Amino acid sequence: MTDIEPRTDGGLEWTYAPAPESRAIVSFEERYGLYVGGETVEPRSGEWFTSASPATEEPLAEVAQAGPEDVDLAVGAARAGYETWSGLRPSERAKYLFRIARILQERARELAVAESLDGGKPIKESRDVDLPLAAAHFFYHAGWADKLEYAFPNRRPRPLGVAAQIIPWNFPLLMLAWKVAPALACGNSVVLKPAETTPLTALLFADVCRQAELPPGAVNIITGDGSTGAELVRHTGIDKVAFTGSTEVGKAIQRELAGRGVPHTLELGGKAANIVFEDCALDQAIEGIVNGIYFNQGHVCCAGSRLLVQESILEPLLGKLRGRLSTLRLGDPLDKNTDIGAINSRAQLDRITELVESGQAEGAELYQPACELPERGYWFPPTVFTNVAQSFRIAQEEIFGPVLSVMTFRTPAEAVDKANNTAYGLSAGVWTEKGSRILWMAARLRAGVVWANTFNRFDPASPFGGYKESGFGREGGRHGLEAYLGFEG
Amino acid sequence: MSRLPVKKTYKLFIGGAFPRSESGRTFLADGQNVALASRKDARDAVRAARGAFARWSGTTAYNRGQVLYRLAERMEARSSDLAAVAGGRDEVERSIDRVVWYAGWADKLAQALGGANAVAGPYFNFTIPEPTGVVATIAPDEPPLEGLVSRILPALVSGNAVVAVASETSPLAAIELAEAIATSDMPGGALNILTGRRSELAPILAGHADVNAIDLTGANGDVAELERLAAGNVKRVVRGMPAGESLWEIEPLVEMKTVWHPVGV
Repeated sequence: MTDIEPRTDGGLEWTYAPAPESRAIVSFEERYGLYVGGETVEPRSGEWFTSASPATEEPLAEVAQAGPEDVDLAVGAARAGYETWSGLRPSERAKYLFRIARILQERARELAVAESLDGGKPIKESRDVDLPLAAAHFFYHAGWADKLEYAFPNRRPRPLGVAAQIIPWNFPLLMLAWKVAPALACGNSVVLKPAETTPLTALLFADVCRQAELPPGAVNIITGDGSTGAELVRHTGIDKVAFTGSTEVGKAIQRELAGRGVPHTLELGGKAANIVFEDCALDQAIEGIVNGIYFNQGHVCCAGSRLLVQESILEPLLGKLRGRLSTLRLGDPLDKNTDIGAINSRAQLDRITELVESGQAEGAELYQPACELPERGYWFPPTVFTNVAQSFRIAQEEIFGPVLSVMTFRTPAEAVDKANNTAYGLSAGVWTEKGSRILWMAARLRAGVVWANTFNRFDPASPFGGYKESGFGREGGRHGLEAYLGFEG
Repeated sequence: MSRLPVKKTYKLFIGGAFPRSESGRTFLADGQNVALASRKDARDAVRAARGAFARWSGTTAYNRGQVLYRLAERMEARSSDLAAVAGGRDEVERSIDRVVWYAGWADKLAQALGGANAVAGPYFNFTIPEPTGVVATIAPDEPPLEGLVSRILPALVSGNAVVAVASETSPLAAIELAEAIATSDMPGGALNILTGRRSELAPILAGHADVNAIDLTGANGDVAELERLAAGNVKRVVRGMPAGESLWEIEPLVEMKTVWHPVGV
């Protein structure tokens, strides 16, 4: 628990009282096997690993490390499950997905607490963002299951078969929903591999599938580290790969699939520019900047990690931003007032630390608000770099942490040039009160999502995905369905 | 009295100009000396395409459609020349009609592929197709003109800039086509055509970091290696009909962009 710290506001000294969400609503089992063919099975590998809370380093549960034999069994179960699932009337498939959506809503609090425990994200984010959106994704895609011929007229859509899905640790259950919901809606079966550090909500999702009485083998969940994911992609029994994660691993998957004719979609890294013009609504922009880079500790592929500020308002903007950062609360993810939770893992903390050190070594100026870090667990304070050159690593590489690099521009054309000057192209933000400028900028930013006078908004009806090395394929909307279908027309 | 005809020199088409290969090499095809493009030519072509991308993709859809329609007009005017180096008049007519068919898509793509999205919140949200960027096209050997036209038009119509590797066995049709393009008002560099060895050029384009997508419809040999090279910068890898027309030939070469804006007073 974070110590109560005194604050001053208008001369009055006051403090935040702890407001912890109860964790009693979650009871993890001691050990989770693999979810294969509708059953929980012990791993043939005989290997297990521990999933721990990044906020306290407390072990939460033991989880199976799926080996090659386990992957093979899961793919086999998914093949059998595919025969059943794809043979159902589409309207019946739809109803299963509606059931899952409802169960996620019913168990939202439990799953939100589990998500924050296992991944370290603030409860207000898992409660207000991850869970509602995960349920919404199932609800949205449920409705598509029996309407696919309207989504793709004259193309005679058909499922692909067994979808291998590998998801990251930043939005574990939400990424599961982004992957599983469209796959099932389109009639595919699934082998899902959650991230090594955040497997628990996926394993609870197995129980959601049981409660929904989903036909065995439609969804299979195998846990493990990167070697499990690599084994899954190598397996010759899969018909589709969907991956969300780093660009480095995405490239390795694309290489592995070369010549195999397996359709794949990749949602990879980003280095989004959040572009603030002098005529913006500054207070709103400050909120958007903070949301853009400190939401989920910056563990967001579309995070607004590069702030491009029109030169004329740099100083007032930085003044307000520093003031706002001093109000952010870092600490216990289960505290309802927490804005910044724990860094997801030791490895990620090391990477953030290394990149921040490189920023200082390259000559950028670091600002961090006074911020006490808990003694146990993995933490990093909200950080702002100024005096950043475009060539610096902190301006080019994805940090995936609460670290903002501030640069300036004078003209809209310069803002576009700088914004597009990375290998990535996932998202971008534009802040201006001038409508024509928003649309002019939006047309020139080489990014799959442009947030104008807002940031980090997501919706199952809204296609999401990258340009350039941020990957290909879209998730969400009619466009997202296409990744899970073959066409005869 | 007989007159000695003036024969044509078959060169590359890069940046709107007709250079020889910088390597000075040629190869014999259809009884002609044809430029044998080198690695450097391929890189120059990519640079020209990148340079033209902003202008070509920045034209209005209506204008782009008219430029492509004008290409059909120019092909019609050169149809005898084209027929002499392609598979006859039928292939030329099919090719011209295909250009017209694709030209008509330019100002309809956004409605056919994009849309407004009903999100759960006070936001206006829409999705539109945009060109992927620089596209490398490995055209099929046969049919030499229709195959090339069928692969480059789906890329060009949305505003992509293209570097195409022509039919290796019958490359003359591609250069004849380039001469129609050169007078079609398409900005120089929007389409670049290389003649030469696919085995030499395809790996360079597949591995080039400033190429956003590669169309392997006409690729042969070690295609898996080309796909591996394409992974180096997460290229979109496309395969389509060697000769045919469909909206779904256009779609793999666009990116869907989604824009959000709050709704409020």
